[in-house]
Amino acid sequence: MTSADFIAVLPEVVIAIYAMGALLFGVYTGKDRTAPMLTWVTSAFLVLIAVWIGIGGQGSNAAFGGMFIDDAFSRFAKVMILVSAAAILVMSEDYMARRNLLRFEYPILIALAAIGMMVMVSAGDLMTLYMGLELQSLSLYVVASLRRDSVKSTEAGLKYFVLGALSSGLLLYGASLTYGYTGTTLFSGIISAASGDDVSLGLLIGLVFLITGLAFKVSAVPFHMWTPDVYEGSPTPVTAFFATAPKVAAMALFARVMHDAFGGVVADWQQVLALLSVASMFLGAIAAIGQRDIKRLMAYSSIAHMGFAIMGLAAGTAFGVQAMLVYMAIYVTMNVGTFAFILSMERDGQNVTDIASLNMYSRQSPAKALAMLVLLFSLAGVPPLVGFFGKYYVLLAAVEAGLAWLAVAGVIASVIGAFYYLRIVYLMYFGEERDALDPGGNPVLAGFLMASAAAMVLGVINLFGVEAIAAAAAATLVN
Amino acid sequence: MVGLEHYLTVAAVLFVIGIFGLFLNRKNVIILLMSIELILLAVNINLVAFSSFLGDLVGQVFTLFVLTVAAAEAAIGLAILVCFFRNRGTIDVEDVNVMKG
Repeated sequence: MTSADFIAVLPEVVIAIYAMGALLFGVYTGKDRTAPMLTWVTSAFLVLIAVWIGIGGQGSNAAFGGMFIDDAFSRFAKVMILVSAAAILVMSEDYMARRNLLRFEYPILIALAAIGMMVMVSAGDLMTLYMGLELQSLSLYVVASLRRDSVKSTEAGLKYFVLGALSSGLLLYGASLTYGYTGTTLFSGIISAASGDDVSLGLLIGLVFLITGLAFKVSAVPFHMWTPDVYEGSPTPVTAFFATAPKVAAMALFARVMHDAFGGVVADWQQVLALLSVASMFLGAIAAIGQRDIKRLMAYSSIAHMGFAIMGLAAGTAFGVQAMLVYMAIYVTMNVGTFAFILSMERDGQNVTDIASLNMYSRQSPAKALAMLVLLFSLAGVPPLVGFFGKYYVLLAAVEAGLAWLAVAGVIASVIGAFYYLRIVYLMYFGEERDALDPGGNPVLAGFLMASAAAMVLGVINLFGVEAIAAAAAATLVN
Repeated sequence: MVGLEHYLTVAAVLFVIGIFGLFLNRKNVIILLMSIELILLAVNINLVAFSSFLGDLVGQVFTLFVLTVAAAEAAIGLAILVCFFRNRGTIDVEDVNVMKG
């Protein structure tokens, strides 16, 4: 317990102290009247911490005897997590306030979930992994059922809780077997025990259970069944949050466990991940076609996108991890913009999530329709938009790792998936006249939508330099 | 002589009972919570058995963390369940079906 250890966890500790202080402040002053202010302050605070981590972080430090790792990889993921959480907070403020949903606990729970996610991506030990994961999950169960008086929201919370707890249980069982067969919970110890050809059967079973638990968290097929219901039932800002930061954290944790702890037995988990990837891509693409609700559609879309991200991981190389990080950065940017649009969909002041309500939207607000068109093309992976480059990177990583069949399957799945994105574009531009959505809308949401769409177009020049940072991050993880 | 494998077998049996409880149970959400608890306890038996077999304390420390988190998890699960019951008036698993697809 030296001061160097504490400096490594200082960002997490600062957010934890902030969250507890904010809770006391909220309880002892105006309760929910402080909520709008707390939301903005928390958001600014998270951005501040993200800047601190992004600029101040140096080198690789393993704190607390290797239980907590602060390296370029974890910093990359943490900045993504914090910035997307802050963006979602800002986007939710107006929406939730007008629906009487803005409780002061909301920003605090998001901050707590952010700490959990930061611990997850920094985990260097099965115990750290578990504690981070649970802090994240417990906060998310509560925000999923934030709309206490709605059957849908509480049902979403209940389903998320039961399946989330099941996945934690599977993950823990895997962790216990891993501990038993390697004699340590430290990743650095596991990797030296699990290498070469003679890996014990018990350890392999533990590895499979760990992968299963993590696949639940990233909602990879066949462990995806909670995703559509939770996305549909939760309040829309919460859905937006689910689709961004926790996905980044879970994917980063996945990469961390696979490479830091099981990097010596790549051949043993590569096929499992490739299978998860193919199943996710195809199910996400095919099941989304029949959806009428845009939140459910985004759930299947996120399942398909996770399939692509896992493809990068399945490559099992440093380039694969780099491709996965670039893919997640692009995915999060696109999703923030798309959800900014979904949050602004209203008719007579009521939020609507029906895709049919977008009929002829282009006539009514051409600018927003154009921005949404760019985002949808990007989500589908149509060149020359940024979304295409994300897919290109993971496909390249898969081909270079000798998984050409996986890359071919990915291309086919993305072609199938393009159909449902393009259907929305078709409705917006060539649909039939129906009751129009409310014009105007919140300038903050419009700003995020435009910024995200602009990033999809301008990013083609150099991807804003994310590539090089991701390469450096991946190099610290895989060696 | 009771050895490591006996403990692991008991833990594996409890784990499987917990999983089956989650998937086969059609009656009551409380039983789901009990099944989750059973899964976590199976993990704890595993961890303590390995810890004693390896002569290494880390497994027991892990167990304490799991126990603590399980308590917090049960509290949150019951709170969500109470909210659900207020809205729906039932806690039958078959009635957790407003959303489908």
